[in-house]
Amino acid sequence: MHVLDKTQMERLEAKAVNSAKTRQPLYAPRKKIFPKRASGSFRRFKWLVMAITLGIYYLMPWLRWDRGPFAPDQAVLIDLANRRFYVFFIEIWPQEFYYVAGLLVMAGVGLFLITSTVGRAWCGYACPQTVWVDLFLVVERAIEGDRNARIKLDAGPWTARKLVLRVSKHAIWLVIGAATGGAWIFYFADAPTLVGELFTGTAAPVAYITVAVLTATTYTFGGLMREQVCTYMCPWPRIQAAMLDESSLTVTYNDWRGEPRSRHAKKVLAAGQPVGDCVDCNACVAVCPMGIDIRDGQQLECITCALCIDACDGVMDKLGKERGLISYATLSDYNANMMLATAGGASSVSPSLVRTADGPFSDKVSHFHIRKIFRPRTYVYMGMWSLIGLGLLYSLLTRDRLEINVLHDRNPQFVTLSDASIRNGYTVKLLNMIPEPRTIVVTMQGLQGAEMSVVGSDLPAARFFAIAVEPDRLNMLKVFVRQPADEVRHAAQTFKFRVEDRASFESDEYTATFNAPEIAR
Amino acid sequence: MSSEHIDEVSGISTTGHEWDGIRELNNPLPQWWVITFYITVAWAVAYTIAYPAWPMLSSATKGVLGYSSRNAVKIELAAAEAAKGKYVAAIQQKTVSEIAADDALREFAVAAGGATFKVNCVQCHGSGAQGSKGFPNLNDDDWLWGGTTEQIQQTIAHGIRFASDPDTRQSEMPPFGDIITPEQIAQVGAYVASLSGKVQDASLIEPGAKVFAENCVACHGDNAKGNKELGAPNLTDAIWLYAPGETAIAVQVRAPKHGVMPAWIGRLGETKVKELAVYVHSLGGGE
Repeated sequence: MHVLDKTQMERLEAKAVNSAKTRQPLYAPRKKIFPKRASGSFRRFKWLVMAITLGIYYLMPWLRWDRGPFAPDQAVLIDLANRRFYVFFIEIWPQEFYYVAGLLVMAGVGLFLITSTVGRAWCGYACPQTVWVDLFLVVERAIEGDRNARIKLDAGPWTARKLVLRVSKHAIWLVIGAATGGAWIFYFADAPTLVGELFTGTAAPVAYITVAVLTATTYTFGGLMREQVCTYMCPWPRIQAAMLDESSLTVTYNDWRGEPRSRHAKKVLAAGQPVGDCVDCNACVAVCPMGIDIRDGQQLECITCALCIDACDGVMDKLGKERGLISYATLSDYNANMMLATAGGASSVSPSLVRTADGPFSDKVSHFHIRKIFRPRTYVYMGMWSLIGLGLLYSLLTRDRLEINVLHDRNPQFVTLSDASIRNGYTVKLLNMIPEPRTIVVTMQGLQGAEMSVVGSDLPAARFFAIAVEPDRLNMLKVFVRQPADEVRHAAQTFKFRVEDRASFESDEYTATFNAPEIAR
Repeated sequence: MSSEHIDEVSGISTTGHEWDGIRELNNPLPQWWVITFYITVAWAVAYTIAYPAWPMLSSATKGVLGYSSRNAVKIELAAAEAAKGKYVAAIQQKTVSEIAADDALREFAVAAGGATFKVNCVQCHGSGAQGSKGFPNLNDDDWLWGGTTEQIQQTIAHGIRFASDPDTRQSEMPPFGDIITPEQIAQVGAYVASLSGKVQDASLIEPGAKVFAENCVACHGDNAKGNKELGAPNLTDAIWLYAPGETAIAVQVRAPKHGVMPAWIGRLGETKVKELAVYVHSLGGGE
């Protein structure tokens, strides 16, 4: 047997593609985020938005609105059982659902408008996910302390104190979740009645199920998942890329004045190196609820809550520098300033190019101007938004509260009676869309010699009849129209049913057809 | 090729897999997402155990919860029957005119009777109850055997000329072709047609009236208005069971056709017959 020497072995240049040593995990464990409390004008604005939105959400169902004895007195009520929407003075019937559709279109176009001008303002300020996470963070800070205390608590062992703090935090979160789910169902039933039923165990099962589901989702999304919802579950961060353009305001780290960043500015300056405004204090990172570094540039995760602006402005104030190292800026301004700071891209960022010798910014630095908001794209959005809004408003102010709909019997189309007169049957629907009873008059126009009679009533056959209709109801009648044979002109004659409220001068008409056999002529 | 390859453009590591120079970036899923995926897998397995799922040779696994969509339908049908119960009980006890006078009962009877009509009656009377040649239109105000709810109920229950029901409505017009001459038939045809319309030869009317008085008044009455006791039609109105006009009348006089309607009481039962009577009465011609 011939044995090869080790050195004689051919060595292959190969590496295991899936070597366990180098294999990347296919999933990433979540990294915990401990946002620090920020303070400043954006934080104050967010508190205000939070107070308004949560206030509206929790309190709206309790507002009363007098609609008289025949309609509920809840200002905002979605009455699914009776198929009515009540919003203050507006009552919407199912066939008027286009108002809701119109409002949704307006909300969509409004979102385009807001995003194309001030970026993801919806995400940063008004999205329920953001608002409730903010609320949950308030609870977390009140119980466990600010960022450093929370990091320490989280890393520390499970002591009695940690247990008490954690249990109370989650308990309060669950209470907030239950209140959130509870408030939701009050929009669908009379709130004072339902709250009593809810606590005495007599409410409908669907009420308890809804509260349970919304408690769970609020607790999970607001307390446990937080930024994961925005990053992985929400489609809007993906869509917004198409909404933003070079004139949209986004939260921007202005590296044209921040770089080169340095923690030891004086030393570096003394060494003759350029130094930017960023002192690399990481205040912007510490406050970020999404756990990103805004200095890495615009990112999918950034919800533009602007808390990093507050944090950085505070630092700049302390350093005696201009605010706005992190600011709302447009891409075009940012690019212009970068060109300036890098001498047209020729060099790395040099603070000397954006500042005059004695300190302030050079005149060439671009700043945001309000007119950038007004550009063809936003005009189109504003125009669409206003047109739809005006259309809805016009239609709302001029809409009928008294309607007539008629279904012509099709089988049989006509009936010849013993005196040779022709009878047609109609199902007449009278819609009294106000919550008051009223007496209305139904008249026939056209169809010479014909008279109508209402099935099941004592009204004599006539060309008109008055009828009392119930409040806020569809009143359905079966009406027979009978025309003498010698008055029949065509096999298909048209005539009108007209309904009038002679007190309010409201009226509506329906053009119907009267069928007759050819032979009857 | 290294498995620790970093994509130059994105700065993201790749999975190490390469196809013609294209590498797959490794953007790891969040761990909770992977866990959620495993939960859905576990859920799916549990679901197929709990509910009917796996196809076997002749059927599928039954599922440990014992759910069956057929049973679910049965339960819903039973609930629907139970909901109808109080109306059906009331209809059983009341007369048809009492049912027709009660708004809620009438509404129920019209709906239920309409459904029964669609299954059992439309073959002859048409889906709109409009009838056809030889089969009366039930919408109009002309009734051979009477148009009150009670009379309609009687007709439906026992039928017309239905031999196997002793209570059936019975009458028969004799074939006058054997009794009077063809001239007389033409004359009486013209006379009857003249009662509700025009005729071609007015000279036939007078002798026709005489023939009528001699042969027809016994059933159709002196004024030819008919007799509902005998099912003898009103000959003065605009409604004709077979066809209008003197020729058609003469044909019927010479060799009359007689419709037969079966008795429905045995097949449908009293409740459904009552519902049908109320429904037919509601079509617009009820007396």
